[in-house]
Amino acid sequence: MNRKSLMFALMVAGLLTAIGLGILGPVQAAKEKYFDRSGRLIVEEKQAAELLRAYDTKNREPEKTFPVPPPPFSEDIFPCSDCHADMEPNLQRRELEDMHTDIVLHHAEGQRWCLDCHNPNDRDVLRLVSGETIPFSESYRLCGQCHGIKLRDWKVGVHGKRTGYWNGDKQYLLCAHCHNPHDPKFKAMKPLPPPVRPGEARH
Amino acid sequence: MSDHSNCKKNPLAIDRRTALKGLATGVAALALPASDASASVWEAFFQKHFRELSKVELKQVLARLSKEYSEEYGKEVTVKATPAIEGVKYGYGLDLSRCIGCRRCVYACVSENNQSRDPQIHWIRVMQLDKEKGVDLSRAEHYYNPKSVPEDGHFYMPVQCQQCERPPCTKVCPVQATWKEKDGIIVVDYNWCIGCRYCMAACPYGARHFNWGQAQLPAEELNTDTHYLGNRPRPIGVVEKCTFCIQRTREQPGRYPACEEICPVGARKFGDLNDPNSEIRYLIENKRVFIFKEDLNTQPKFLYFYAT
Repeated sequence: MNRKSLMFALMVAGLLTAIGLGILGPVQAAKEKYFDRSGRLIVEEKQAAELLRAYDTKNREPEKTFPVPPPPFSEDIFPCSDCHADMEPNLQRRELEDMHTDIVLHHAEGQRWCLDCHNPNDRDVLRLVSGETIPFSESYRLCGQCHGIKLRDWKVGVHGKRTGYWNGDKQYLLCAHCHNPHDPKFKAMKPLPPPVRPGEARH
Repeated sequence: MSDHSNCKKNPLAIDRRTALKGLATGVAALALPASDASASVWEAFFQKHFRELSKVELKQVLARLSKEYSEEYGKEVTVKATPAIEGVKYGYGLDLSRCIGCRRCVYACVSENNQSRDPQIHWIRVMQLDKEKGVDLSRAEHYYNPKSVPEDGHFYMPVQCQQCERPPCTKVCPVQATWKEKDGIIVVDYNWCIGCRYCMAACPYGARHFNWGQAQLPAEELNTDTHYLGNRPRPIGVVEKCTFCIQRTREQPGRYPACEEICPVGARKFGDLNDPNSEIRYLIENKRVFIFKEDLNTQPKFLYFYAT
């Protein structure tokens, strides 16, 4: 064994020990710093896993669900499995020519197509990037993957229309009730008539 | 010979004091409702200020008004006087980054709050402003009427009563016909208002409106759920204003105001300022808030904000 290979073996052994220590060694603690409402700096010791709770997909708490009216499906289109159950999913990104031609994707279309959101194996549900499938009634979680700040505002009732009772049952709407998910920008609309000018009054 | 003795000599002469007394009584009698007027007119004439009414009197007043309106419009009209909910202070938020100026709120308000169709009264006025210039009122246009909104380079700012914590309008009322309620809503007692319009001059937001003519209000469009201090049909010659839909929001559970409910872009937010979990508190704590004419220190509870 020459010196070169000995050095290499030592390095590999050292690396393996380091990794082993990392896994088995003491759990990494970290400091979380934030300001409270009065502007005071708060420092808390936290476990690393706690800090990264959002990424801990296995152990995190289940998502809170919101009472929403039924999703706004086009007529007679749901359940999708009525047609799709017997069809072999074609994962090839392509322009649809036979069916769903009325849907024109105008929502970062350069970066995605149908099966990025629609689940290829069971069309009756949607699929998150994590692989988790969710019903259409929870589609806000799908939108929230990119529009996180909007989702956060929506959950507290600041984004989106809130109807119902201000001190009772609040009615939430799905993103898709107001925004067409395939073309989400609001369309311009005709304003209702302006007020009568003082000189135009018939008195 | 003095004038005094002259007077005494003429049996038909009346002295000045008697003449003036007689004249005053006559004028007073003219001002009173005619003797054949119905009992309800007399009751309305001698009705006390809203805040001085006892519970029994208030009940009678509400019953009288309800009967009057029901007869006038040919359908059952309820008039209530729901008091403020304890511990609640209403606040309103309007997202300037979302409003597209479609005026849906203006007309939802008109029909919910029984505003006169002709002469036209709108409690909400939407201003079209230049994005370049910001909130510059010399460039505000509220008669805009393009084919479609929003127009490029513009943003829209609906203005209605700002429900000030320090309202200039109530201070100037010579008869205290307008005041701030416990829940922060500024209200008008239409039966007590004398129509002097001082409050309109005092309001820096142009949020008060005067009934110049007899309100034209089609019976089929009348909202029959009314509040004494809010959307009951108003008589000629009184001032009226936005009340945060007092007939809805004071109920438990209380519906959202009509303008909030209609907004197609969800730009309007409503809630309790005293509730730390309300939408309005969240937006105050987390968003950029703009207070209209903040320099006047009226302390509005109607806040403009920027959600994006």
